[in-house]
Amino acid sequence: MSSEKPKLDGWTCPIPLKHYPTVVMGHGSGGKMMADLIEHLFAPLLENELLAQYGDSTLFEVAGQGGRLAISTDSFVIQPLFFPGGDIGRLAINGTVNDVAMSGATPLYLTVGFILEEGLLMDDLGRIVNSFGTAAREAGVKIVAADTKVVNRGHGDGVFINTTGIGVVPPGVNIAAQNARPDDVILVSGTMGDHGMAIMSLREGLAFDSTIESDCAPLHTLVQAMLRVTHDIHCLRDATRGGLAAVLNELARASRVGVEIEETAIPVQPAVQSACEMLGLDPFYVANEGKLVAIVPRAQAEAVLEAMRQHPLGRQATIIGRVVDKHPGVVLTRTRIGALRVMDMPAGELLPRIC
Amino acid sequence: MKYLDEYRDGALTRQLIQQVAQIVTRPWTLMEVCGGQTHNILKSGLDTLLPSEITLIHGPGCPVCVTPLELVDKAIAIASRPNVIFTSYGDMLRVPGSSGDLFSVKARGGDVRIVYSPLDAVRLAQANPNKQVVFFAVGFETTAPANAMSVFQAKRLGLKNYSILVSHVTVPPILKALLEADNVLVDGFLAPGHVNAVMGYWEYEELVKTHPVPMVITGFEPVDLARGVLMAVRQLEEGRAEVENAYERAVTREGNSAGQKLIDEVFMMTDRKWRGIGTIPMSGYALRDAYRDYDAETRFPDAAAISTEESSICISGEILKGLKKPTHCPAFGKTCTPQNPLGATMVSSEGACAAYYRYGRLQESNVTLVLE
Repeated sequence: MSSEKPKLDGWTCPIPLKHYPTVVMGHGSGGKMMADLIEHLFAPLLENELLAQYGDSTLFEVAGQGGRLAISTDSFVIQPLFFPGGDIGRLAINGTVNDVAMSGATPLYLTVGFILEEGLLMDDLGRIVNSFGTAAREAGVKIVAADTKVVNRGHGDGVFINTTGIGVVPPGVNIAAQNARPDDVILVSGTMGDHGMAIMSLREGLAFDSTIESDCAPLHTLVQAMLRVTHDIHCLRDATRGGLAAVLNELARASRVGVEIEETAIPVQPAVQSACEMLGLDPFYVANEGKLVAIVPRAQAEAVLEAMRQHPLGRQATIIGRVVDKHPGVVLTRTRIGALRVMDMPAGELLPRIC
Repeated sequence: MKYLDEYRDGALTRQLIQQVAQIVTRPWTLMEVCGGQTHNILKSGLDTLLPSEITLIHGPGCPVCVTPLELVDKAIAIASRPNVIFTSYGDMLRVPGSSGDLFSVKARGGDVRIVYSPLDAVRLAQANPNKQVVFFAVGFETTAPANAMSVFQAKRLGLKNYSILVSHVTVPPILKALLEADNVLVDGFLAPGHVNAVMGYWEYEELVKTHPVPMVITGFEPVDLARGVLMAVRQLEEGRAEVENAYERAVTREGNSAGQKLIDEVFMMTDRKWRGIGTIPMSGYALRDAYRDYDAETRFPDAAAISTEESSICISGEILKGLKKPTHCPAFGKTCTPQNPLGATMVSSEGACAAYYRYGRLQESNVTLVLE
């Protein structure tokens, strides 16, 4: 054995990996890598004043018609195709319905594109389209245009679905990411992380005593119930990829305000918490498909909360924090032990920790 | 939730911190050895609640961070081969090698998969007899029993297509190295409770005899960590230097003897390179001769031949010695961020730099935070 002392100086660094020469999965994760991709590649090439709204849906007017329309598009790529609480068909309706609803609009029409992989079982396709149609009827939206393509085996993942939705914004409603104001109150409509952990525990074959179900659901009637109480709602987001943390960071940045939340106030199902503990994940970064985050003026908070709790999809709605005029663009959380820390934007893919 | 809520109790944690404040009479620097402890200290904000006399510095116990660049390069070379299914714990995939990371290999068409247990990799090998399945066996003593079990099982099953790329390191040699290095400003250690759950703490008793510092076996939740700090500070204030156990619900002096037996069956001690530190004699594991066939470096000799020199840009060496905090690095939060990491300590969520970036950035930039 050598008696030489190891060198503890000059702990070294590898060559910087600033840019990936290819697309990697992290570019689709809803975190900073995706934000960078949009900011540096898509936005400069596609920029216009409507796209610059950067909302879940974009608002526009049709010449001479008065009133505003909301439009949104989303593509659905998920494995497994069927999961507890839903399937890719139901998800493709609810995901786009929710994006349209987050501007306060009533979703009316959807278009759909199916990309099918050669070899997909006809039975599975039938189940998916049946579920897609049922979810559309339940949400009260009409499928008004549709397209089907088939790609060679190995060039798809069973089924990819794209949906685009259009809705009408009621007069007097002005909901946008830029509208949060100091002293506003932040609410969530229910437990965080259900969808992401339902998928992850299935995909990774984690065996739990209880099955975690996806929260996949259309939120537009919940939004309408909130709007019946007051039109004075500042921001709405459905907390999908990147979870609650991504939504709060995006809203804090867009509105140039600070956000402060109470970690213990955020509802998380015990089974979701357990699954997150096993994988070393944080439920506030995990995707939801049937939960929204609302920012409302303090004066309206109690009434909006009550309206949410009266709705089946908002029974566990609760106030989690507030908007402040300090530290603009930064989200702080008070931890269980009473300390304050930053709740940052997620970076790339959620990676389970080693130990 | 049972076993979590009671150890995350805010009132109890603050009570323990209050006790530290009552007994502390001078500045002390404690090192929490394990990256999981660093992560939870920053996540809970425990460091901001401790009396100002107590400085916590973040130790080398992040397996992702200390895995040498050379091994990442070997992993990338193996994963890039056709006919290989390369499996790994999730957070190794974003660690940059000399050129690219394992995510990039996947993007170029390599079959790289995240698994939660090496036994899943063994099952993959059974299910894919025409592929070579390789598992990246990274970690301290904590992951060693499971990694050893995978090789043990593969041999019992007679699998010819399973191997592991071993990058196992152990805690006592690096603690000894830290204690013997010049300028290391550590008054006491919060020992890594999960390593001790496997190995016990009998090994540390000898170390404390020759290098007298308090060594407190510490858990990972806020109450555990606060209790570890309290016991270490009490020793320091009373002039004692002993091994004490503050994680009794998981750790015994002897540890998990079945796990140790399995490690000893499959692995032997060897010299290991630590990222940025260099080689520490007898500081890690290699497969014993009887299991040599399951060593990915035996199976892929061209990858085994890769040798990579590390360049020196970042300051993790000084961070490790407690001379600097991540925020003292000029690249921190600017050119070096979790999505564009310059060094491994920024990659793993257990790395000190990543933990600072996620949870501590604002305090360090001197913004006053008040939540009424």
